[in-house]
Amino acid sequence: METGLMESAGMDWAAIQTVVWTLVKIMALVVPLMLGVAYLTYAERKVIGWMQVRIGPNRVGFQGLLQPIADAVKLLMKEIIIPAGANRGLFILGPILAIAPALAAWAVIPFTDTLVVANINAGLLYVMAITSMGVYGVIIAGWASNSKYAFLGAMRSAAQIVSYEIAMGFALVGVLMAAQSLNLIDIVQGQAGGLHQWYIWPLFPLFVVYLIAGVAETNRAPFDVAEGESEIVAGFHVEYSGMAFAVFFLAEYANMILIAALTTLMFLGGWLSPVGFLPDGIIWWLAKTGFVLFLFLWFRATFPRYRYDQIMRLGWKVFIPITIVWIVVVGGMMQTPYGYLFH
Amino acid sequence: MIYTTAIFYFFSAILVLAGLRVITARNPVHAALFLVLAFFTAAGLWMMLEAEFLAITLVLVYVGAVMVLFLFVVMMLDINLDKLREGFWNYAPLAGFISVLLVIEMALILGSRHFGLDVMGAPVPHPADYSNTKELGRLLYTDYVYAFELAAVILLVAIVAAIALTLRRRKDSKYIDPAEQVKVKRNDRLRIVKMSAVKREVSGVRGEEKNP
Repeated sequence: METGLMESAGMDWAAIQTVVWTLVKIMALVVPLMLGVAYLTYAERKVIGWMQVRIGPNRVGFQGLLQPIADAVKLLMKEIIIPAGANRGLFILGPILAIAPALAAWAVIPFTDTLVVANINAGLLYVMAITSMGVYGVIIAGWASNSKYAFLGAMRSAAQIVSYEIAMGFALVGVLMAAQSLNLIDIVQGQAGGLHQWYIWPLFPLFVVYLIAGVAETNRAPFDVAEGESEIVAGFHVEYSGMAFAVFFLAEYANMILIAALTTLMFLGGWLSPVGFLPDGIIWWLAKTGFVLFLFLWFRATFPRYRYDQIMRLGWKVFIPITIVWIVVVGGMMQTPYGYLFH
Repeated sequence: MIYTTAIFYFFSAILVLAGLRVITARNPVHAALFLVLAFFTAAGLWMMLEAEFLAITLVLVYVGAVMVLFLFVVMMLDINLDKLREGFWNYAPLAGFISVLLVIEMALILGSRHFGLDVMGAPVPHPADYSNTKELGRLLYTDYVYAFELAAVILLVAIVAAIALTLRRRKDSKYIDPAEQVKVKRNDRLRIVKMSAVKREVSGVRGEEKNP
């Protein structure tokens, strides 16, 4: 772990080189990610538009392709209003704490077996730890706004994220049992050999729980009570305007892509090709992640919002028992001659 | 080694400052947030000691779960600090005595004879494929399995006790059984009546309409 950092610590010049090289890699990751976020919002509006027999954005650029750019420019030009009763420092800290974990988690996400910023042994654990910090942005924003709507939204969101994190964590325990590793590259390579080797089959209940918990974790419809336009206006970010609001937006979509990427890596074989005669490559990673993202948009266009107590019930009384039972099943099956089915 | 030393002092300075602010901040929410910062920097220091698993778990458990719930409670409460400080001088002598005792205890343990660099040297760097997590798991489930299982049982008892203490059945709660809700079919709630259309008489009085 942290091999790059530790080994080069002996020589300062090597250390500086490491830092600069790491910064270059981070830029090479963040810039496409931000573009991906921008065009995910475009894709969302287009896809939901088609599902509702509308056209979607089609004015700015060819087929509305420049719409996300126009939105970003508009938000940049807007004034950031800080309410008089707000806690100034924390009000500004809120969006920062929302986006920082959303980006930091990407450090260990591999795109192919060599294309990764930091290949660490406990990659899965790192992702869980970092994403669990995202909730601070929401809570702090809701509290610092000094507004009842924002506070209610923050409380709902925090309770929801904390509940679903447990089910999510248990789903990941199943994956690490099957892969016998916390390293994301090893997890993907454990699924080598074609479509039937992917962990989605032996761990199907965990896959379903992970995907749905991921939707809940990112506060997306149908689990978006934290924003609930009809009851608490926009929830925790109701007092935010301009770029401060846009940062929350970026964090939400970066988290969506992160969940989709993790689902791809852990259950859908990452960059591995589904059939033997086609080569592996990043194109498969992109296609699978894109498909999971499409599911996110599809859910939003299909399902009505869950009631709050039903969300809590689903998390605590349905998902957690399912995951615990399936972990026991996986552990038990590994002791039998059929254990190879779960590797 | 300047690089690692600089990182160490950077983290330590933040940790000490954050720890001080936890007890000096007037706003309880600020204090809780400084505690989060303290945990996070402590995790950074553990990382430098090559205790990666523990460092990440510290962030996952304390920052990601415990402190979120803590903040939850602190934000909900309306804490009046002036009232909390009322008896400050009454308690000061006792508190002072306890803090002096704590400092002496710590000095005894952390004295350079038991805790110096020659006794606790820098951790031996391990190769890249060395898995801290695996080693820890192996130790926990072999050498320390009884202690580990005992701790787990104590935690389980604590969970059950906490739920039992707070569980109360309210008579006026409008409980809905989700299974019953899901089972409902259209015919349980809705009756479709077939009626033949009746032409409205133009000259008739309103009250005589057959189909209201």
